[in-house]
Amino acid sequence: MEIGTDVRGGGVAVLRPQGRLTMVTAGELKAEVDRAVDDGNAVVVVDLEETAFMDSSGLGALVGGLRRARAAGGDLRIARVGGQVLTVLRLTTMDRVLTPFATVEDAVGAA
Amino acid sequence: MRRMVVLRVVVTLTLVLGLNYTVWRWLESVNWSAWWIAVPLVIAETYSFVDVTLFGITMWKAKPREDPGPPPEGVTVDVFITTYNEDVALVARTAEAARDIRYPHRTWVLDDGARPEMRAEAERLGVGYVVRGADWADRPKHAKAGNLNNALALTDGELILVLDADQIPTPDILDRTVAYFDDPQVALVQTPQFFTNVPEADPLGSQAPLFYGPIQQGKDGWNAAFFCGSNAILRRDALMQLGLVGYVRETERTVREALHTSRRVLQRARRQADDLRVAAALDEVARASTQALRRLDAGDPLGEVTYAFQRRVDEVSSSVVAADMAAIRADLEALGELAPALAAAPAGAQSTADGRDPAHADALTALDTREWSPLGALESVRALVRAVDVDRGDEAMPVMPVATLSVTEDMATAMRLHALGWKTVYHHETLAHGLAPEDLGTMITQRLRWAQGTLQVFLQENPLTVKGLRLGQRLMYGATMWSYLSGFTAVVYLAAPVIFLCFGVLPVTAWSVDFFARFLPFQIASQLLFLVSARGLRTWRGQQYSLALFPVWIKATWTAAANVWFGRPLGFAVTPKQRQSSAGAWRLVRPQLVAMAVLVVAAVVGVVRWALGYAPWVGTAVNLAWVAYDLVVLSVIVQALRYRGYQGAEKEA
Repeated sequence: MEIGTDVRGGGVAVLRPQGRLTMVTAGELKAEVDRAVDDGNAVVVVDLEETAFMDSSGLGALVGGLRRARAAGGDLRIARVGGQVLTVLRLTTMDRVLTPFATVEDAVGAA
Repeated sequence: MRRMVVLRVVVTLTLVLGLNYTVWRWLESVNWSAWWIAVPLVIAETYSFVDVTLFGITMWKAKPREDPGPPPEGVTVDVFITTYNEDVALVARTAEAARDIRYPHRTWVLDDGARPEMRAEAERLGVGYVVRGADWADRPKHAKAGNLNNALALTDGELILVLDADQIPTPDILDRTVAYFDDPQVALVQTPQFFTNVPEADPLGSQAPLFYGPIQQGKDGWNAAFFCGSNAILRRDALMQLGLVGYVRETERTVREALHTSRRVLQRARRQADDLRVAAALDEVARASTQALRRLDAGDPLGEVTYAFQRRVDEVSSSVVAADMAAIRADLEALGELAPALAAAPAGAQSTADGRDPAHADALTALDTREWSPLGALESVRALVRAVDVDRGDEAMPVMPVATLSVTEDMATAMRLHALGWKTVYHHETLAHGLAPEDLGTMITQRLRWAQGTLQVFLQENPLTVKGLRLGQRLMYGATMWSYLSGFTAVVYLAAPVIFLCFGVLPVTAWSVDFFARFLPFQIASQLLFLVSARGLRTWRGQQYSLALFPVWIKATWTAAANVWFGRPLGFAVTPKQRQSSAGAWRLVRPQLVAMAVLVVAAVVGVVRWALGYAPWVGTAVNLAWVAYDLVVLSVIVQALRYRGYQGAEKEA
């Protein structure tokens, strides 16, 4: 899958996965989060505006990324979540952990 | 259809007659003057009546499924062969058969033994080879569940076929089962376990024709077909969902636990703190904990709450460090010896203390700051702070799809799938051929492990109360768990006739017409139910072992309770695949051998007492028959001891 990466100042990276985030592409996203954190961007915002579909493996990759970012003293946040992704978040109770932010800026500025 | 009607008539009949007998026993026929045996016996009989009831409810829906039809094209499948210490040649045979399964798939050997010769065999056969990664070092391994979870993270097929190292699949195993997954609600298809190294007589009771048949079909009827660990196909998405729900549940639990204990931990640390600023910092952490808990109670997401908490602790830590550094620097400046190396260090710390967005600070500096801080020197506080996070740092993987709750991962996994609303399927067709234990010791180890695992789940996540299950599913899980409690009743059933024959003590008021008129119809109906349910299968071995292994069931109950309630280790053992030495095997069944000897002695004493006129003939006859039944059931232990392993294969070789 296509994943756009946008490095902001101050250790923030914005990732834009495009298309379907499933068991097939989950590994790619996880690798991209790892790379961003390794490059010194401990706060990773995953912009899901262009992610049409996500399954629980995709969500699993986000949890893996969250763990990686936290270990580096940072965080992983999600923004611009569509209806289908929101359903998966609720179904897996993952909305107890991840806050879906309305905009990327909200996500960057959170906490 | 007619079979189902007959079955249901027999079920109804059995339950009505059973209820009639059990109520009469409690109300009219307990010999209270000998309560010490009378009460245990009536409890044991009630236990058995509940057991029969649950069996009847299972059989109520025991119907074979219709053929699932041809498999759809294009479904991606990973075949996992789990191994730990089994013979490499044995695993290779399974791997080769798995590779040759017709439906397109990828095959992986999951080698928890990480053996180089196993890796070489996998390469030679052209199948994948997976071992645990570095994340698993120094963390809980979770046995087979951990092995499967590790492989799930490294593969991406939609479906997973799980095979034990000795379960050789047929080439059409996927062709026959993949079509069930057309239903998007289906999470699991279980096929039977059948063993090829078992003689006709099956002295160790290895084949479970009643379970892999009517019982699983009955459970299936209630949408509660069990996952049995091998020869099953699972949907990855369902497992991942299970893993995520578990991750959220466990994370919330540990975070809350840590925050709840924080007051005590921090107060103790504060008493030990001799520095005023450290004490003030601890107060700050305590305030942050209270606030975090309040936010969680208000429903704020764990991610935000723990992140805010972590940043607050960082700020507090670095302010202490910054103050320390400022003091040092002032001292050094006073001495006129400002070292550049020292000057560099607090700069990073200062920037977070300045109150700028901490996310902008260099992450590594933030971590270092925490380590330098006097707070970091307090191990209890450090552990507390570490626990208030969403990374599950104590586990190798944050998301564990296959349940790690119990030593038998399968039952807990299926129950959680059912609780989430997934369907499971039992497909009644042998599609893999495995190897059963060939000696008594190995067989007992295996049964003990199953029983322990089942009872662990029962004690930790009671199916009668766990959220999300339907009544029928609760009863199906309850039935299996209930059946493992039979060890205690077996002792009563063995003791009662001995006590009558030797001492003339009657547990019932009389062996009268009243008794037989209620007891016999119930017994006959139960046996009929068994016969009709079994559809001509030979289930006698299973019946024998369910009584004859009573010490195993008692030990399982005891150890599982000690483990769940008091954290004692189970003494868990992997079932060996090779035959163990049989010398001294009798020691494993000493309780059964003692019981048989006692029964024989009691029979002799009983006859003598009757001959001398001390005992009535009816009671003596009834109890002699009872002893004879017990002896016939227990005789399977002698057969098992005399068994020298499967000879058929050697003749073929």
